[in-house]
Amino acid sequence: MSVGLLYALAGAALVAIGLAGLLLLPQLLRKILAFNILGSGAFLILVGLGQRDGGIDPVPQAMVLTGIVVAIAATALALALARQLLDLSGRMRLPEDGPDAGAADD
Amino acid sequence: MTDFLDPLPWLIMLPLAWGTLAFVLGPGRGGRLAIAAIALQGLLVLQLAGQLLAGGARVHAVGGWGAPLGIDLLADGLAAVMLLLAQAVALPLAIYARGYFAAQPKGRELFWPMTGYLLAALNALFLSADLFNIYVTLELLGLAAVGLVAIAGGQAPVTAALRYLLATLLGSGAWLLGVALIYGSYGSVSLAILAPLVGADAPLAATLAAALMLAGLLLKTALFPFHFWLPPAHGGAPAPVSALLSALVIKATFYLVLRLWLELFAPLTTVAAAQLLGILGAAAILWGSALALAQTRLKMLVAYSTVAQVGYLFLLFPLATLVPPDAAESAVQGGVMQAVAHGLAKAAMFAAAGSMIVATGRDDIGRLGGVGAHLPLTLFSFGLAGVTLMGLPPSGGFSAKWLLLRAALETGQWWWVAVMIAGGLLTAAYVFKVLRRAFLPVASGDRVTRVPRTLEFSAFALALAAILLGLFGAPLLALLAVGGAA
Repeated sequence: MSVGLLYALAGAALVAIGLAGLLLLPQLLRKILAFNILGSGAFLILVGLGQRDGGIDPVPQAMVLTGIVVAIAATALALALARQLLDLSGRMRLPEDGPDAGAADD
Repeated sequence: MTDFLDPLPWLIMLPLAWGTLAFVLGPGRGGRLAIAAIALQGLLVLQLAGQLLAGGARVHAVGGWGAPLGIDLLADGLAAVMLLLAQAVALPLAIYARGYFAAQPKGRELFWPMTGYLLAALNALFLSADLFNIYVTLELLGLAAVGLVAIAGGQAPVTAALRYLLATLLGSGAWLLGVALIYGSYGSVSLAILAPLVGADAPLAATLAAALMLAGLLLKTALFPFHFWLPPAHGGAPAPVSALLSALVIKATFYLVLRLWLELFAPLTTVAAAQLLGILGAAAILWGSALALAQTRLKMLVAYSTVAQVGYLFLLFPLATLVPPDAAESAVQGGVMQAVAHGLAKAAMFAAAGSMIVATGRDDIGRLGGVGAHLPLTLFSFGLAGVTLMGLPPSGGFSAKWLLLRAALETGQWWWVAVMIAGGLLTAAYVFKVLRRAFLPVASGDRVTRVPRTLEFSAFALALAAILLGLFGAPLLALLAVGGAA
């Protein structure tokens, strides 16, 4: 098994962990962390699978750098919103209602 | 033509520039600048459309670098139609927003910068020619849209924005995974380079990538059953924001689904997958319309109507996949026409709903009495937009549904016809639910105040454009027919 493939498989495992966390954890901060784990997994797959013929391919590395910047921006926005929600409602979690519940209330 | 005056990069640079300038000018300022700049962007798109009709699809290498090292911008017919829609919706909405925020200042501080960034991301997305660039523009679009949902503050909008943010991040995460698998399989992300490679040989990884990217986009387009985030986000934001999001933002991800389905992943498409998309679309039409009918708040009704109308967009896939070329062309034209008609009509409807809420001081369908007497033009705009959504002639919605119907009959898939007719009837039901209330006299104890004329006329302009699209849709279809990159 090549090193690249090993990285990619580790990335896939991270993606699975992140996805589970994002969907299952109720706490907002954990959801945001889970999103970051998911993103790191995707980056690892991108770099791992992107190695061609044993050499290092710079293109996926450049993509991952861009992706990290995007992920930081998204995390910052998520944290700012979570903080605002904490100030407004005193809780760090999304209200537990079904997809179409709460449609009629405010 | 010199490279400097090429409209393609300016369509991205201009909104970035005025958005930033509006931010520097200070809270709530920059509205007039935005209106002038969006008008200029509209002229640029018209110039671009002229170039396409005369000389076919165009590519612009940003900074003179070109692919594979640099970034290419690609404008073909489909991209130009979407660009045209974006500027045509944004201009009246900008005029509307100036009046709206004068009457209802909640959320005006950051509206103009965020709208600038939103339009820059939209235009960049429509012009992107590689998968990774699309990822970046998707994220920019999502962040700007989430920011706009949250600008009004308050617990409900912030909750809606967070839910929307998590959904949109999950969607782009799936897209990025797809990009990683595609790059690992083929060593490129350029749409032009990838298309023949996918056609020649598609390993399992490519199929998996296609499925992941499609799932991510469906989540962001809010196709049933992924619509859970849309109604609170679109229904809770200030009216100009709801209009921008419903008219344009979900169309951007639909545009990507269409482009991937018809071009890059065309060799991988199957009848079963297409039927599945159609079934989800049909479920969205029925479920969204039924829930729209059940709403008591005006903006939630319009938001659920968006869930339903998104369904029509996805009816094109079973009608365009592995069928005779005539029917496929008709289906694609119908789907794109529906995207444009719904964009204009839904912007008009949210704008009119916003005016009614400003006038009555509350977001309650049961308290709309007197709107018909005091805001006749606004109510007329709401009705006209409803005509387009129902698909009555001579509106753009009628042309769209006619083209889809023709494709359905030509391919013998009559069951989609039944769905479209049922959807039209349900749409009529929820539009008349609003109209009926609005024609009642003012209830005792309620007041209906006047709203600025700009609010009434900008909504009317949008609704009228959606109707005129049905009468003069041929040039748009001619533009759509301008093929992919040579």
